[in-house]
Amino acid sequence: MTATAMKSELTQPQLQAAFYDLDEHDHPEGGSTMLGFWMYLMSDCLIFAMLFAAYGVLGGSFAAGPGPKDLFDLKLIALNTAMLLFSSITYGFAMLAMEKDNRGATQLWLLVTAVFGAAFLFIELYEFSHLIHEGATPMRSGFLTAFFSLVGTHGLHVTFGLIWLFTLVVQIGKKGLIPANKRRLMCLSLFWHFLDVIWIGVFTFVYLMGML
Amino acid sequence: MSEHVHPNHHGDDHGSHGSLRDYVIGFILSVVLTAIPFWLVMTGAIADKSTTALVIMAFAAVQIVVHMIYFLHMNTKSENGWTVMALIFTIVILVITLSGSLWVMYHLNHNMMPMTSHEMGQLP
Repeated sequence: MTATAMKSELTQPQLQAAFYDLDEHDHPEGGSTMLGFWMYLMSDCLIFAMLFAAYGVLGGSFAAGPGPKDLFDLKLIALNTAMLLFSSITYGFAMLAMEKDNRGATQLWLLVTAVFGAAFLFIELYEFSHLIHEGATPMRSGFLTAFFSLVGTHGLHVTFGLIWLFTLVVQIGKKGLIPANKRRLMCLSLFWHFLDVIWIGVFTFVYLMGML
Repeated sequence: MSEHVHPNHHGDDHGSHGSLRDYVIGFILSVVLTAIPFWLVMTGAIADKSTTALVIMAFAAVQIVVHMIYFLHMNTKSENGWTVMALIFTIVILVITLSGSLWVMYHLNHNMMPMTSHEMGQLP
């Protein structure tokens, strides 16, 4: 069969069908949410990569101002890290309760997670206010700019995670553990544990290496 | 604990959720992997600073993997492997960004270092 013969056989609708998939298969609602959310987390990871790079570059530029050893209190950071770790496992318990369709327990564990998350934020804000009170403001030196940007961005993420968490507690209260809410809980689970992963980088590179 | 098998198959089978055992193992491992580096730095157990730095970085790397597996439930099968592909891509970009920035800026700093009068006197 020659090319011209083939061309003449193709009628207009057939040609169209080659470009537009007329009987598209079914995409269930939320079918691509988890992969999409994972892509978001990966791009968020790159934001933190930039901030870590900035800290790596500027971390030694003290401009004759205070350095990590003058400012950081490792006991406070250890407490902070413990809060975030506890919140991670309690979020895990919320997910397990969700799998058993136990609405009350899911909400309860979410609220326990919120308490630990809020404790983390409270300690971080205490640390920041302490630093600023001592004159170690973000404007003081390149090191402090990079420090506040990196740790502050992480803290901001935790803040938004908390707002999201409270929203979900209300939504579960109103609509129960419907598939959409479960999907949202799974997204927040990824987000929350992802923030914990970032915090591992922060306490290792900023606090522990700074105190060496 | 889970005698009640959940009755309805909920629509999305993405991301396995992990079991209680997974979460507890992950938690215990991360507590240990956090406590050791803090202890090393706070007590100064290893006298050499660069050795300590390497050790705590190794602990951080292991802990990140632990979190990925036990809390984020990463595996090579979820979403037909696309989550792992995205992760690998991100790690490549991350390594290029971090090492590139540090490398370039270190040399820039080194070459632009303001000289003291003593250093100037020693110039060839």
